[in-house]
Amino acid sequence: MNPEILDRVRQMMADIFGVPVDQLTPASSPDNVETWDSIQHLNLVMALEQEFGVQFSPEEIEQLLSVELVASLVEEKKKEIGVA
Amino acid sequence: MNDLRKQIEQEIGEGRYAEAKALVDRLWRESPGSATAGYLVQCGARLRGHIPLAPARVRILRSFTLEPAVPLFRAGALAGGIDLSVELSEFNAYAQEFLDPGSPLYTEPLTAVILAVSTRDLAPELWDGFADLSAAGTRSAVEHAIAQFRNWVTLFRASSQASLVIHTLEMPPFPSHGVLDAQARDRAEGEGQCAAIAQINDGLRSLAAATPGVYVLDFDALIARRGRDHWYDATKWFTVRMPMRAENLGLIAAEWLKFLHPITGKVAKVVVTDLDNTLWGGVVGEDGIQGIQVHRDEHKGAPYWNLQRALADLQQRGILLAIASKNNPEDALQAIDSHPGMLLRSRHFAATRIGWGDKASSLREIAAELNVGLDSLVFVDDNPVERQMVRMSAPEVTVLELPADPSGYARAVRECPLFERLALSNEDRERTGMYAAQAERRRLEQSASSIEDFYRSLAQQVEITRVTPANFPAVGPRVAQLTQKTNQFNLTTRRYNEAQILDLCGRPDWDVYAVSVRDRFGDNGLVGVCITRDEDSTRHIDSFLMSCRVIGRTVETAILSAVAAGAKARGLRRLEGWFLPTRKNAPSAGFFRQHGFSVARQEETGELWSLDLGSATVPCPEWIGLNVDEKETAHA
Repeated sequence: MNPEILDRVRQMMADIFGVPVDQLTPASSPDNVETWDSIQHLNLVMALEQEFGVQFSPEEIEQLLSVELVASLVEEKKKEIGVA
Repeated sequence: MNDLRKQIEQEIGEGRYAEAKALVDRLWRESPGSATAGYLVQCGARLRGHIPLAPARVRILRSFTLEPAVPLFRAGALAGGIDLSVELSEFNAYAQEFLDPGSPLYTEPLTAVILAVSTRDLAPELWDGFADLSAAGTRSAVEHAIAQFRNWVTLFRASSQASLVIHTLEMPPFPSHGVLDAQARDRAEGEGQCAAIAQINDGLRSLAAATPGVYVLDFDALIARRGRDHWYDATKWFTVRMPMRAENLGLIAAEWLKFLHPITGKVAKVVVTDLDNTLWGGVVGEDGIQGIQVHRDEHKGAPYWNLQRALADLQQRGILLAIASKNNPEDALQAIDSHPGMLLRSRHFAATRIGWGDKASSLREIAAELNVGLDSLVFVDDNPVERQMVRMSAPEVTVLELPADPSGYARAVRECPLFERLALSNEDRERTGMYAAQAERRRLEQSASSIEDFYRSLAQQVEITRVTPANFPAVGPRVAQLTQKTNQFNLTTRRYNEAQILDLCGRPDWDVYAVSVRDRFGDNGLVGVCITRDEDSTRHIDSFLMSCRVIGRTVETAILSAVAAGAKARGLRRLEGWFLPTRKNAPSAGFFRQHGFSVARQEETGELWSLDLGSATVPCPEWIGLNVDEKETAHA
């Protein structure tokens, strides 16, 4: 996993969910981050699309359910559009 | 970016809130977006109560998903000095909310309400069934939509004094009949799809123009500016009921801010501009007048001419222009007044500081000369170093961030929400001329042998008119504007919007007085407001304020004499009012004492002053001609 992307993703998630960045591990998910609800999930998707210039399909949006999954899908998408 | 966050955390942790706010603003300037917005919203909660922020509460009624735009809206507001909270209605619950007297729309203390309904939801037959409609069907769809808007606006205005901002309906990207749609001749016959939607928007505009505190947000123009092809996202619509792309959320939030700033009174009164490489290309001291670039139709000079055009537009909106430049005054003034490509000339500027002093000092002098607070100034300068200097040494001033390419300067000015206005008075349009007359008055003051001589030579005529629902369209908006903007001579600093003023002037025990002042140099326009409430045998002064333009001319004594005389005529025995001190209203602190009032009560927020009308009188100064519109003053 690209450590730079992981760092940026963690910082964004910390901002959006309102938790300290060091509390977020690659395994953090809606199950253990209390403020990660459906509205904040939508906010996260919007922020990722703005920040990385990518677009997620409905199926992908449903899969973005841990810090690690988010970071790796962002990395994959960026490769797809040739900016990674 | 992360370093900036660490610094912010440190400043907040150590209680340096003003420094933290400056860094928060910088973070927002450097990386505006949803993630940063989330962080700013958290910062806002921690800064609340420690730095001056104007509170505002907005409810958004909508037919589509707008949740992700809310943090962007709140973050932008915080950067502009507004502590904003936002509530969203349920989807498509707007009609019920307008109808239900117990809905949060009416029970919550709201600053403003935004009605964001898409064409697809409000007029579905015009959005995607237009090809099947008859002319009569189109007409009825248009009438139905306008009638709904009218019903909601009427209900809302009857029960709420909050401002109401209504999105226009957007046009379809592809009209049902293709290019044929643009050939429609007769809107009344319902010939075109876009024409029909435009007709609804026209109806909405008429409705807003006729109702105080109701404003139109041209949502269709916003989409067009971005480009329809870049606006929509079909996948988002089908999955999360959000019709637009993520990147456009910020544009919606920015458009809302253009309304929130004037609604909350967080607006600029003066724009102060640099000269070299800002108002023209090049450095006049080195390149000479022939060498600088400014021209409407030449490649190199056009960006600067465009900035001048944007500034000239602001001046027509009532915003004063001023210059702060490091230059030889002779070179600079000659360039301004003799360069053939210049649009702005020295007569356009209300104050000028050209010399070698630092810009922060120039800005302070300009604020003092124009009698406004530093926080009423916006500073425009191409040089990032000067901008940073001003941000550090005059943090109250709003410093406009300019792009590196001069062709973006005009746009930066046009997008700044501090310059937005929701109504224009005659005073706004004539402001620069009024300031020129002000300079004449100052010269007279300096040459008069005594202050009384000066007052006499001014030949002031004060006209006091009671605001009624009948004359409200002519004077009401300016009265509301004055309560929003006046900071220095203002005894209670109570802010009222148009709807609140309309409500007050219709109440039997309340009186709203509008004060206009003329003198030998011209008409100062409507410059004062006094709001009173009669209860038992006492007339209570709820608000008493005057534009800084007429401070120090004994106009306040003339107003008070009329208020006291009016109270006596109604058989009232006592006149009383609060002085509520703020950071800015020191110029009015001595008002009650100077007019013979004594302190009746002292509280943490201020003092209640009282005058016995049986034993005391308030005469009008002999040098002022006072005209009270008796017809309006007498209660029916």
